[in-house]
Amino acid sequence: MAENIVTIFQWLIFLGVAFGSIVASLLVITRKNPIHSALFLVLTFLCVSVLYLLLYQQFMFIIQIFVYAGAIVMLIVFVLMLLDLEEELRSGLKLYYSKVIGSMLAVLFLFGIIFSVVAKSPTGKVGSYTPDKVSGNVKAVGEMLFTQYLFPFEIVSVLLVAAIVGAVILSKKRT
Amino acid sequence: MTIPSVPPECYLVLSGILFTIGVIGALTRRNAIVVFMCIEMMLNAVNISFITLSRFLQSLDGVLFAFFVIAVAAAEAAVGLAIFVMIYRSRETINVDEINLLKW
Repeated sequence: MAENIVTIFQWLIFLGVAFGSIVASLLVITRKNPIHSALFLVLTFLCVSVLYLLLYQQFMFIIQIFVYAGAIVMLIVFVLMLLDLEEELRSGLKLYYSKVIGSMLAVLFLFGIIFSVVAKSPTGKVGSYTPDKVSGNVKAVGEMLFTQYLFPFEIVSVLLVAAIVGAVILSKKRT
Repeated sequence: MTIPSVPPECYLVLSGILFTIGVIGALTRRNAIVVFMCIEMMLNAVNISFITLSRFLQSLDGVLFAFFVIAVAAAEAAVGLAIFVMIYRSRETINVDEINLLKW
């Protein structure tokens, strides 16, 4: 009985968060003011981070909120405030044939995804990291990151340094 | 009677829907920063499917892949927004239809 209650809550949270993220992402692409889009983007990211909690990944939950909802959207809003973006507000959304056809192709692609997901449940080699083992601590993630994935980790650190230097050089005034 | 827990298919379909919304936004919006936000949304949708599969296959590779995707997205945000600021400084617009200097 207690199991059932937990599962019902999981379903309720999943449905609510899924609905919330879909509505928020639709609002992101339909609002004309880019600042509103950015704020709904934060809502989308928060909904997705709750999904990570449902999947027993607290580490990704924290990283998602820190990096996406905190850093990246803050940067986007900051740049939006720096630029004077009144043009799209005035001109409004124009629909061309190419956009409509592209969107239709994207929806077709979605049907392809749904068919491939429903037709066959995911199979593969099942590992040893059960939810009990990974939930509540980041030890397993850290161990794997610093042993098996050490080289990609170093490459990512070099990439971040290169991105910082590139951003500074790009935004510097030409002398 | 026990209620089945949320199957992986639901998460994967949600990830596909979010990805498609991101694609439609990136195709239809003309503001470069909104296009950039849609790309971030698509990266996020891919992260959902990585983490879902790593949860249901009980492995951590998907989680670490999502971690690297987030790191690359952060680097992309820094460089991309610097490029937008630079384009705005020289062209006074970031409408993607008017930035066609590299068009062949």
